[in-house]
Amino acid sequence: MTKLLQWLLGASVFGVAWGLVVLDLMNLRLPRAYREVAWPMPMYLLVVFGCYSLATVGYRVATFNDCREAAKELQAQIQEANLDLQKKGLKF
Amino acid sequence: MASRKSSSKSRGDNNKYSVLLPTYNERENLPLIVWLLVKYFDESGYDFEIIVIDDGSPDGTLAVAEQLQKIYGEDRILLRPRAKKLGLGTAYIHGIKHATGNFVFIMDADLSHHPKFIPQFIEKQREGGFDLVSGTRYSGNGGVYGWDLRRKLISRGANFITQVLLRPGASDLTGSFRLYKKEVLEQLVEKCVSKGYVFQMEMIVRARQLGYSIGEVPISFVDRVYGESKLGGNEIVSFLKGLLTLFATT
Repeated sequence: MTKLLQWLLGASVFGVAWGLVVLDLMNLRLPRAYREVAWPMPMYLLVVFGCYSLATVGYRVATFNDCREAAKELQAQIQEANLDLQKKGLKF
Repeated sequence: MASRKSSSKSRGDNNKYSVLLPTYNERENLPLIVWLLVKYFDESGYDFEIIVIDDGSPDGTLAVAEQLQKIYGEDRILLRPRAKKLGLGTAYIHGIKHATGNFVFIMDADLSHHPKFIPQFIEKQREGGFDLVSGTRYSGNGGVYGWDLRRKLISRGANFITQVLLRPGASDLTGSFRLYKKEVLEQLVEKCVSKGYVFQMEMIVRARQLGYSIGEVPISFVDRVYGESKLGGNEIVSFLKGLLTLFATT
């Protein structure tokens, strides 16, 4: 099953469950409170996921390692390599 | 060669590592990357060969590669040039055909991938018997150098979206510093059709799909020292297209 189908399946299951509660499709006679909570649920979940995404990406950008040492080490090694390669007879 | 072999630590196995270096206008970087590769392979004592696949660079990369071959020997540096630029996937296919190792490293020749991590890749692979080991900028001590905030934001954002949509089980999908078992790479390359950044992503997604095990090694990515690094609107659009294609087809 492709990822797209997995998502569609997940969304349909959620959609059906939501429809059952909010629209009372099967006459389940659920307490009114259930319906009131369920009604804004998709929007609510979307907002929560959006916030989670922003927070996660923001945190990861802020804590992205800056490899200064690695860059310095590389520069030093480039000098060393150039000298050694010249000694070995490489013409640049 | 005998002296080099005896000076290195003895490894009680017949593993050999072929490094594929696709190049295009890398005359300044190629000698440096080769020097570093030889240094770290010799220090760690693993058997290796470097396969340079130059796609007809107009800057004379191939001539430099020929000089390197004279310096380091034809058993260490193999030249498998092609007449013109033909894309990464076919470069790997071309390189694998000539590889004599049972393991294959793929990495960029522009010094953004440092060969000092090679022994760590190999140890990781041996530890877990992994089918492929992927370098990751996004976890552990991994990181980048030379990226501004915009670039970091795009990179992290793209990675997040990809993780959500594809759940690939690997933290760095667009990185191209990886170690493969040769037959695994052969099989994957045949299956992958994407271009650019998406190619590397497709490789790892398909690997997971086929049930291959994936290990990860944190790497520091130092953005191009010589030459220009590109990340424009076109790259982003083609990345998103590729991502959606993978989303719908894998």
